[in-house]
Amino acid sequence: MKLNIGGITEAGQSKKNLTGSWRYQIPVIDQDKCNGCGICELFCPDSCIDINNGRAVIDDTYCKGCGICVKECSRDAIVMQPEGDG
Amino acid sequence: MSKYPVKNREIMQGSIAVAETIGALEPGVIGVYPITPQTHIVEHLARLVANGAINSRYINADSEFSAASILYGAASAGVRSYSASSSQGLLLMTEVIFNMAGTRLPGVFSAVNRSLSPPINIQVDHQDTMTLRDSGLIQIYVENIQEAVDTHVQIYRIAEDREVLLPAMVCMDGWIISHAYEPVTLWQEDAVKEFAGSYDPPFKVDPRKPLTYGALTDDDKITEFKYMVDSALCRTENKIVQAAELFREEFGNFHGDVVEKYYTDDAKIIIVAMGSVVGTIKEAVDRMRAGGKKVGLLKIRSFRPFPAAAVRELLSGAEMAIVVDRSFSASAGGILGSEIKANLYHQNGPVLFNYIAGIGGRELYPHSIMEIVQESETAFSKDCVPDGAVFFNLNEELL
Repeated sequence: MKLNIGGITEAGQSKKNLTGSWRYQIPVIDQDKCNGCGICELFCPDSCIDINNGRAVIDDTYCKGCGICVKECSRDAIVMQPEGDG
Repeated sequence: MSKYPVKNREIMQGSIAVAETIGALEPGVIGVYPITPQTHIVEHLARLVANGAINSRYINADSEFSAASILYGAASAGVRSYSASSSQGLLLMTEVIFNMAGTRLPGVFSAVNRSLSPPINIQVDHQDTMTLRDSGLIQIYVENIQEAVDTHVQIYRIAEDREVLLPAMVCMDGWIISHAYEPVTLWQEDAVKEFAGSYDPPFKVDPRKPLTYGALTDDDKITEFKYMVDSALCRTENKIVQAAELFREEFGNFHGDVVEKYYTDDAKIIIVAMGSVVGTIKEAVDRMRAGGKKVGLLKIRSFRPFPAAAVRELLSGAEMAIVVDRSFSASAGGILGSEIKANLYHQNGPVLFNYIAGIGGRELYPHSIMEIVQESETAFSKDCVPDGAVFFNLNEELL
């Protein structure tokens, strides 16, 4: 591989970086409490939350497990659950 | 009729002559924020745009940081761009200029040299532009208005060359060049445009084919990216020489390539300087030559890339070299002086004297230069050469 001058690259290269592997805990949505308001989607710094059929869905390929969605959810519908061996 | 593409020759102010030349080049984007003593250039360009004389997109920025960023944007879209600034304005552009050099975006700046604050001073020295020296920016220092005009004609084809692609700055002394009136030759628009060529970068921002600019790089590749900037700037030296030679052929003027030599061949004493003081030094050299003193002048035209080989070659035969610096790195001496000294190490070259002079517009006359030479000769003959740089004409009574 040769470097492009100026570090200019194809767009979307960050998709290759599977940041979900950095995570040690994952947000889990309580589907009964979630009303699909979209606050978590708005606040997620990695755009890892979509509202699908009126409910929040986490993209675990890229979610780093930062927990901002848990703090922001006004219905306490999201909790962090430990993953792997903690 | 001249065999060269002369448009007209008249007595003009330096800023207007430079603005007319940029007007002839008609860059796609002009991004500016006014600051003394650069203001006349962008005022005149605004007039040219407003009168419909040129088709450039003229953008009034909200700061110099924005003005430089506008050049970054234009260059990344494959558009030729221009800005001008001075002093604190150049400092505010610094982050963007490093960014342009690293991203290999060749916008062109006129730097109208002015002292840095504090205290506020609007007169000339080189501290503003010399502070940008590590960015990867091309810097050419000019001696007079005609050289300023001709260097602006040359600079785009140098900066935009596919083997270079770096931002470039024509450094011209505030007031002495920007506001003085001299007889100036302006060149025909089509000849100037043809000389500059076209800007065709390998990458262009295009919504149909997205690219990432300013990506993150870890330690596995960052050294290589920095090395690429360094080697591109080194390659620029040849391009400057070629542009100067081609310009001489097509326009008939020559102001030196990376350096200009003046009576250096048999000189025992060589003065090294850049900017408008070079003209003063030439006058002093003439007077000293008339008195039988074997003195010469080495004008540094390209400070970046640094003309190391030319400096070594031209100074090697002299007994004494005297560097007159209009800037300094506090506690480390004059900046030009330090670099000349570094390049003479292990070269069996001349004894080096470094004077910090002409700061914040303090006048340098031919007799000031002769005084510097006299002082250096006395120190040389008594074998008491100063260890570091000397502040010339320091008024001890004020300290």
